[in-house]
Amino acid sequence: MRKTSRWFQRNLLRIYAVIAFTYLLIPVAYTVAFSFNNGGRSNLVWKGFTFDNWLNPCGAPQVCEALGNSIKIGFLATVFSTILGTMIAFAIGRHKFRGRAATNSMIFLPMATPEIVLGASLLSLFLTLQINPGFWPTVIGHVVFCVSFVVVTVKARIASLDPRLEQAAMDLYANEFQTFRRVTFPLVAPGIAAAALLAFSLSFDDFVITNFNSGTMTTFPKFVYVAAARGIPPQANVIGSAMFIIAIAIVIAGQVVGRKRAVK
Amino acid sequence: MLKTGLSRPGTPYLLLIPGVIFLFTFFIWPIANLAQTSTQTPIAGGDTGEYEQTFRFANYLEAFLENREQFGRSFLYAAIATILALAIAYPLAYAIAFKAGKMKNVLLVLVVAPFFTSFLLRTIAWKQILGEQGFVVPFLRDFNLISPATTLTSSAFAVVTGMTYNFLPFMTLPIYASIDRIDPRTLEASGDLYANGITTFKKVTLPLSLPGVVAGTLLTFIPAAGDYVNAAILGSPQTTMIGNVIESRFFAIVDYPTAAALSFILMTSILILVTLYIRKAGTEELV
Repeated sequence: MRKTSRWFQRNLLRIYAVIAFTYLLIPVAYTVAFSFNNGGRSNLVWKGFTFDNWLNPCGAPQVCEALGNSIKIGFLATVFSTILGTMIAFAIGRHKFRGRAATNSMIFLPMATPEIVLGASLLSLFLTLQINPGFWPTVIGHVVFCVSFVVVTVKARIASLDPRLEQAAMDLYANEFQTFRRVTFPLVAPGIAAAALLAFSLSFDDFVITNFNSGTMTTFPKFVYVAAARGIPPQANVIGSAMFIIAIAIVIAGQVVGRKRAVK
Repeated sequence: MLKTGLSRPGTPYLLLIPGVIFLFTFFIWPIANLAQTSTQTPIAGGDTGEYEQTFRFANYLEAFLENREQFGRSFLYAAIATILALAIAYPLAYAIAFKAGKMKNVLLVLVVAPFFTSFLLRTIAWKQILGEQGFVVPFLRDFNLISPATTLTSSAFAVVTGMTYNFLPFMTLPIYASIDRIDPRTLEASGDLYANGITTFKKVTLPLSLPGVVAGTLLTFIPAAGDYVNAAILGSPQTTMIGNVIESRFFAIVDYPTAAALSFILMTSILILVTLYIRKAGTEELV
């Protein structure tokens, strides 16, 4: 009896972690499981196992069109926000200048503003300017909230660099541009890559800003939200599960590459 | 600050120009425009959705009084979800940082993993899990923990569960980052000075992890207070939050001034709370 209670005490934290991970992953497991459901158009109740949904992911009307839009918007929003955000991060992280504090708070503000306010304010501007909501207004909305996350991520990487590396490059007669290209940039690049991945996943999964600024265009999250009222087709689960598997594969590949480099 | 040739006086401004112009055009200007919209009134005899500027600040008071309940609910639900997420995330982050060993990276991926399936799909999965066909309700009924008539969906419970779940990774990651940075030797030193486990936690671990806790609570509370997706999918008309009201004012009722006034009240109250909180927590180096 005493032995069990001691074992329990020592492993309390581990047991807790297992429970927490179960909680985190149950809805994911549900989503994946229901991608194999033979449920027809309304996918709320389990009706039997089938591969049909995976063989025919575009089977439900509009689902692949929505996915295509999400990927296009995600790609554009990632490119723009990564470029703008990285430039800002270098300015703030590498330089002292007048207005640095103001710039800092301007970067913090979009993160402290609820998405619904970002979405609603942008839409009201577009309405005032008589610009129709749609593809580009959505891309712009996504860039607005992705930029701050890119700045924060890249800035953290810049802050963790050892300044002596750049000084060493300069001591070895590299000019500014060479130092940046051969030393600074390669060292910051993993941070930029992480920021770009973050931006893409934020954009791809965004619903609120999209809902306000997309007009009649559908994206994948919007498709799911609209379909939720009458039951989502299992194809949506197939796409959600596929995204999950692809993302995990990318992370694992990144880890393996990182480890190989570390060994070298 | 590094002093190299890179710091020519003009460089930072050149780097900033595109981003700052972008944020001025698509963040500051929209907010200013929203402020302008919030004091407009319908044009007499005009169509639905046509408004003119009359600087009617009473819009704010009316909007607030009409939606007191929804405001209260938004902040209450967000606060409960934040506390629950903190209670779940802190031990989890602690376990990953100190007890995971070689499994650390794998577990971190598992924390972020839910992000990769669409959050709407996961929220709908909760609707299934907590619904009549899910496994939770029959389980609780078997043990007589809830009466046969009680349902879990379309309730405040379901909304808060969904919110806690959806924002949990935002809480876990910053806390993990700050705990992971703690030098284990400081904990050993504390033990050497005869502090027991609890004292070490209270005097060493907790203070050192506080920046992560502050960042995590902000990253959870802010989106939770403005959220309307969880309430729309998992809630009922009795659990509507301010986000639901703003959305329906905009789209269903085309009442832009009220929607704008509500957005403004929401944004300002969050900013005030956040500022007070950061002051109180004493960490201003968040950004």
